[in-house]
Amino acid sequence: MSEEKRLLNVSASPHFRSSDTVTGIMLDVIIAMVPSLLASVYIFGLRVLLVTAVSVLSCVGFEYVSRKIMKRHNTLADLSAVVTGMLLAFNLPVDIPLAMVVIGAAVAIIVAKQFFGGIGQNFVNPALVGRIVLMVSFPVQMSKYGMPFAWQHKGADIVTTATPLSVLGNPASDVQLPRLIEMLLGIRQGSIGEVCAIALIFGFIYLLIRRVIKATIPLCFVGTVALIMLIASKGDLTFVAYEVLSGGLLLGAIFMATDYTTSPVNFKGQVIFAVGCGIITSVIRLFGSLPEGVSFSIIIMNILVPQIEKFTTPKPFGTVKEKKAKEAAQ
Amino acid sequence: MANGILHAVKQVRGGVRVSHNKNTKDMPVERIAAPKQVVLPMQQHIGAPCQPIVKVGDTVEVGQKIGDTDAFVSAPIHSSVSGKVTAIKEIKTATGMPVTAVFIENDGEMRLHESVKPPVINSREEFLKAIRESGLVGLGGAGFPTHVKLAFKPDAGIDTLVINAAECEPYITVDYRECIDNSRNILAGVYELQKYLGFEQVVIAVEDNKPDAIKILNEIAHDERDIGDKVKVMTLKSKYPQGAEKMMVQSATGRKVPPGKLPADVGCVVMNVGSVGFIGRYLRTGRPLVSRSLTVDGSAIKNPKNVRVPVGTSLQDIIDFCGGFKEEPAKIITGGPMMGVAVIGTEFPVLKQNNAILAFTKKENVYKKERDCIRCGRCANGCPMSLMPTLIDRFALARDVESLKSTGVMVCMECGSCAYSCPAGKPLVQSMREAKHLLREEANKK
Repeated sequence: MSEEKRLLNVSASPHFRSSDTVTGIMLDVIIAMVPSLLASVYIFGLRVLLVTAVSVLSCVGFEYVSRKIMKRHNTLADLSAVVTGMLLAFNLPVDIPLAMVVIGAAVAIIVAKQFFGGIGQNFVNPALVGRIVLMVSFPVQMSKYGMPFAWQHKGADIVTTATPLSVLGNPASDVQLPRLIEMLLGIRQGSIGEVCAIALIFGFIYLLIRRVIKATIPLCFVGTVALIMLIASKGDLTFVAYEVLSGGLLLGAIFMATDYTTSPVNFKGQVIFAVGCGIITSVIRLFGSLPEGVSFSIIIMNILVPQIEKFTTPKPFGTVKEKKAKEAAQ
Repeated sequence: MANGILHAVKQVRGGVRVSHNKNTKDMPVERIAAPKQVVLPMQQHIGAPCQPIVKVGDTVEVGQKIGDTDAFVSAPIHSSVSGKVTAIKEIKTATGMPVTAVFIENDGEMRLHESVKPPVINSREEFLKAIRESGLVGLGGAGFPTHVKLAFKPDAGIDTLVINAAECEPYITVDYRECIDNSRNILAGVYELQKYLGFEQVVIAVEDNKPDAIKILNEIAHDERDIGDKVKVMTLKSKYPQGAEKMMVQSATGRKVPPGKLPADVGCVVMNVGSVGFIGRYLRTGRPLVSRSLTVDGSAIKNPKNVRVPVGTSLQDIIDFCGGFKEEPAKIITGGPMMGVAVIGTEFPVLKQNNAILAFTKKENVYKKERDCIRCGRCANGCPMSLMPTLIDRFALARDVESLKSTGVMVCMECGSCAYSCPAGKPLVQSMREAKHLLREEANKK
């Protein structure tokens, strides 16, 4: 026994661990985004890949450099920078100048993420911050959405027309709306990752099957928008369908509002968070001067997460509520 | 309710799905040849340690009491072999705690001591006294003296006895084997407890992945001795940690044990099915707790088995009985993989409350690289006690006692659901322990 020196691991229990890893979760999110990416390449052409590659590479680069400068451990292997890069690209129009993509990535990774301590510490979604900063700084380039299949007609000028949302917001407009089936397939104007609803829903189902996210936030978010639009349009279901399928609602609800770090942990909190996102989105769409409100609504609710959690975190098991304790005492 | 099987009154929150690995479930318990020497620590229970009542050189017999104390929260220790006391000295147990132990050299005769005879019981008091004399502690792992648990006043409002046959830890199958092989003892134990302590209801809780055990337990529940149909079987979803005491109480009655309280405070007593079986056997034979069943399993063990061993047998003797190691072990655990204790060697004696010895090779002993928390919430959603483990982890590492006070960490039972599910590979249970230690330290300062 003791003559043969045996070294045993005596770490604390539990001695088994699940197979989930941070890298695995991020990889699942990336896989879930691939259908949308492919659909977008088909709709907007190969430049989609260029924009995405630049965005991902700059995010990874900025992540590496900022960790290095701050003398903190390298976090590239967790793949979160890749996810941020893809999400940022998904939020940009296909014809955006590449330098702007790099600026967006710098804002997302350096300002929104690393200034606050890196993965798990940022209080707002980095990709969304990148998008909003670009939108405010370069409003012209950011709202110049390419036409679907323009890449197949080389030489044709890029026509900037209204997106479905701005048409919806302006009844006087004489621009024709895409048909609903086109909305579903993504044959419409919009940013890289938001157009193809079917592909986004595939990604959603994949994330659900892999148990990466729960359906709570996407369903409550989209459901709230649909309900408010139904009331606002006095029961016009076509209008509701257009509202749900247009803009970045599905992209935001499925991939950005569900970001672990910037959304509440427990069920009740998630419902409040998602309903809040839905209400703000609808209010901006119905009454704001901007056609789109998904990014702002998510950012605003991100900021409110600590407050939401304060009120929704369950009490430790068996804790008696003060009210009940008083009643029991009487 | 065709056959009277109950379902949980209230589903418990959280928990994790762990692989069951009940490889030894079809292996009846084998009796190990008594070892040449047993080492009997004077503390094999929660509470006050016993004092040795034998001297070096004394001859002792099986079932002879060798350690006792006047303290109430304690359980006497009996010799598990017959032979000579060779030494009484301080040793370290598997957990590293120093404890006095009696070394007994086995003469191989296994002579029974004269005190070993069925106890004569006519009243509740005599029943409790007999349970104390038997040296019984909770056999599920915690080792709380059973007579203390049962010593409630008749008017204390205790109405429910929950018998825990959930066995939710992976690998362990001794409780299952007890149900299959020794149902007669369980039957006797259930009705003796019912007779002397008069519970309104007795709920035998078992996970639904053990249909054979459910069938047998249900026969017990429908025995003719069950006057007024008070004994019932309850099936639970197979989910870890269904077998935790507070979870059991909630499943069976819907009541929640408040923080810092015991099941008795909500009218319940929870007993392991093995302890109930022991009571049945003890009342028939008078043989105190001198041996117990263990599951020996894990990838490093050559022939996994269920074995019955004298208390105080060294882990090495038991592993040798199971063919030794087939591969070099990297980790050896007493208890289950979720809550068991990793030991530094195999020279330690088996205690009354140990229910398994598991040995794993390097292949199973892989840990994820620890990464930063991404707030995925798996720990919080898996916590049956509704805690926020990642937050507690952060406060504990910062030694922020003030913030820890509001986290409710003291209700943590260290089930390991959080650390099991953490994708960032954080040793959360270790942090929970640290947090509780910090709070206790703070409380002692005042």
